[in-house]
Amino acid sequence: MAHAQILKDSHIDFLGKRRLAAIVSGVVMLICLLSILFRGFNFGLDFTGGTVIELGYAQPVEVSEITAALAEEGIEDATVQYFGSNRDILIRIAPQAGELSSAEVSDRVFQLLSAQADTEIELRRVEFVGPQVGEELREQGGLAVLFALIGILVYVALRFEWRFAVGAVAALMHDVLFTIGMFSIFYIPFDLTVLAAVLAVIGYSLNDTIVIFDRIRENFRKMRKGTVMEIGNRSVNQTLSRTIITSGTTLLVLLALYFLGGPAIAGFSLALIVGVLVGTYSTIYIATAAAVWLGISRADLMPPEKEGTLVDDRP
Amino acid sequence: MNQYPLWKNLLILAVVLFGLVLALPNLFPQDPAIEVRAADGEVSAATRAEIAAAMENAGVPVKAIEEREGGRALIRFETPTAQLRGQATLDRTLGDGYQHALTQSPDLPGLVEALGLQPMFLGLDLRGGIHVLIDVDMDAAVNLALERLTGDIRTLLRDERIRYLTVGHGDGRIEVRFRDESARDEAAPLIRREFRDLEVSTGHQSGDFYLYGSLPPAKQEEIKRFALEQNITTLRNRVNALGVAEPIIQRQGERRIIVQLPGAQDPARLKDLLGATATLEYRLVDTEHDVQDALDGRVPVGAALYYERTGQPILLKRRVIVTGDQITSAAAGFDQQSGSPMVSVSLDGQGARQMRRMTTENVGKPMAVVFIESRTVTRMVDGEPVRERVRSEEVISVANILEPFGRRFQTTGLDSSEEAHNLALLLRAGALAAPIEIVEERTIGPSLGQDNIDQGMRSVLIGLALVAIFMALYYRVFGLVADLVLVVNLVMIVAVLSLLQATLTMPGIAGIVLTVGMAVDANVLIFERIREEIRNGSSPQASIHAGYDKALSTIVDANVTTLIAAIVLFSFGTGPVKGFAVTLFIGILTSMFTAILGSRALINLIYGGRRVKRLAI
Repeated sequence: MAHAQILKDSHIDFLGKRRLAAIVSGVVMLICLLSILFRGFNFGLDFTGGTVIELGYAQPVEVSEITAALAEEGIEDATVQYFGSNRDILIRIAPQAGELSSAEVSDRVFQLLSAQADTEIELRRVEFVGPQVGEELREQGGLAVLFALIGILVYVALRFEWRFAVGAVAALMHDVLFTIGMFSIFYIPFDLTVLAAVLAVIGYSLNDTIVIFDRIRENFRKMRKGTVMEIGNRSVNQTLSRTIITSGTTLLVLLALYFLGGPAIAGFSLALIVGVLVGTYSTIYIATAAAVWLGISRADLMPPEKEGTLVDDRP
Repeated sequence: MNQYPLWKNLLILAVVLFGLVLALPNLFPQDPAIEVRAADGEVSAATRAEIAAAMENAGVPVKAIEEREGGRALIRFETPTAQLRGQATLDRTLGDGYQHALTQSPDLPGLVEALGLQPMFLGLDLRGGIHVLIDVDMDAAVNLALERLTGDIRTLLRDERIRYLTVGHGDGRIEVRFRDESARDEAAPLIRREFRDLEVSTGHQSGDFYLYGSLPPAKQEEIKRFALEQNITTLRNRVNALGVAEPIIQRQGERRIIVQLPGAQDPARLKDLLGATATLEYRLVDTEHDVQDALDGRVPVGAALYYERTGQPILLKRRVIVTGDQITSAAAGFDQQSGSPMVSVSLDGQGARQMRRMTTENVGKPMAVVFIESRTVTRMVDGEPVRERVRSEEVISVANILEPFGRRFQTTGLDSSEEAHNLALLLRAGALAAPIEIVEERTIGPSLGQDNIDQGMRSVLIGLALVAIFMALYYRVFGLVADLVLVVNLVMIVAVLSLLQATLTMPGIAGIVLTVGMAVDANVLIFERIREEIRNGSSPQASIHAGYDKALSTIVDANVTTLIAAIVLFSFGTGPVKGFAVTLFIGILTSMFTAILGSRALINLIYGGRRVKRLAI
């Protein structure tokens, strides 16, 4: 009985298109980089500092009324918007320059609006981040990405070979740049949870890359014939159905998170969805191509000769 | 082939059963509850009976009243409405000696409770509450120490009758100015002997002779460390006085303190109390000089200009009789004659002696009570955060000393009973050793917390169901095995989280969802390998064996690299990122166990040790 199968034994010449892929990736990377440099990010509260207040009104309420009330009180740079329905309000306030201590802004706003409104207001959420904390979080975030990359570079270099490590890290930088580039180009709010997602993307994309590298190493040891290109292609094809299934199941879960998880983790799931898609592409076209381009050879991957003892290969 | 030895199967079974037992408490619902504590000692059986009677009188349905460790009592309710009504009833019933706080408590059966098992510890974003990150102004702590030393040196020189011009401090050092060299040389050994912590050096500049005293770096570090510890103690006292169940007060890094109050709902009051430095000072009123002169800029020596709450200027003696530090206990109440809010105060031995001496010497003269409050604010000036301290000193009452008094007395002149209440609390809890500033706040209302739990759980379950359906359709028997170990994996994650009592947050749930997606990968890798082996013409048994064997190193490599990412996230992350890292880390470890060992054991039980013609994969 034949089993369900997404792909029959495939023979796609992935590496043959590596120049085209390199050009496409290069152009996209350039656009992302330019956007990050010139357009920047729509940093969330965690990184900019400021106050976010979420209020639940018992009756529908007009945004303009709230905006007017805040302006009258001299609270500068407040954006007021609906959050879900016309009874849920999200107010975002930039760090204040006035007399008011920053941590007290939210209390003041809640008092003010409670006094003004005819209906009951529920204080659903307050987030306040001081300016100095925002700066620290930004710094820590950059460091976290850097250290994760270094840690991975070292591990892959030890487990495989330096050319693989460079290929893997190139693919990871590609994924990170693409993911945050999308957040910059579409100006999607970038907060701490998105940063967490970017780090998770690093882990995920690497997962993918390692699986293919593992297969390349195995094939070099097993297949006595074949050029580097042939073995690379063969390995990518052999793992292709697994790559698609894993990406597919992960995407299933992420889509469930994105559509049902609520606004608090929407940014997080979106970053991971983008990251998983680009991570799958980069594994095939960037990581493997980079390793091939750097000149991996069969000799580099043969197991080190063990002296005297038998290799513990079970039958 | 493909059979695990019995011990291995039993071991896996034991681990899974252990996980199930650990995860068990999470199945039971959380009761809305109120925790009652006695200020000193225990909540007695009599008090519990009293509470039960009061609840019955008020018509509040109570589920149970239980005795808890540490002499506390826990009142369980069926609904949150009953809980709130119960709180109002307690307010009326219990006296000053008791504190009560809203909380949630899982309704565990006796057996589970006897094992000491706990459900997962939910973060504030899931259960509601207030999170505050506090920055301690360390430089101010050192400055305060220098200020104290400056005063002590002044007193020392005066007592020893050494003539000096000025004593002051700035730029992190103390500076004493003398007119002649002999006075300085007389003072130097004295100061060295009395203040061993100070590094003393001398100088000479434009005709005057100088002595400099500075604190060595090690001493400064000690002062800072002490200030942080003292602040944590003080904040803990203040938070405890608020009556919140399970408060968390923790140090974070070099100069930060985290305060978390689950279930608390009044951030304004909390912030006021945490940051407040309100204290009292008692001074004599300067009746010999004219206030008008001081207002014109001629403040007499030994006096200082103050204002009353009404805006009325008043001259007070510079010398302080007693400060807030010398107050050992304080309670709020109402003055018996006037009915206005007051704070009754007890002094320590030294303070009581000073007060008795001054009041004895000054019967009939007026004495003033100064209410001092200071706070630190950060303002944006030209886009840069600038830190400032704002200090306000107000005279809240002036009264003639009718007769000498010492240890115990009362102070009136407060605006409201709430202010009296807060002041008493602050005086009791002790002063902050260094000023603090709230640099981060996250308050989550209880309904939002519940929404987050519901949404999080729903998306986890739906994501899991989608994956499970796909796996069962695509890999058939093997897919069902993968689904089963996936569920076991979830149970294991919950078990480990419950065991470690690590905090589960919303990003933590996201981390679980992600591991669910990635845990499938291990089995996909194995199953694809098995299919490959079958295509290459291996027998079913050999295919299973080779599939698991060959996929192992790939799975380990892939998971270790993700572990690296999780560890980096944990060490650099704060708050939400950390929560994500914890579940990701735990999830990877449990998924390796379930996806490799667990699924193999099941496949072995199904196919192992017999002739198999075809695999349902």
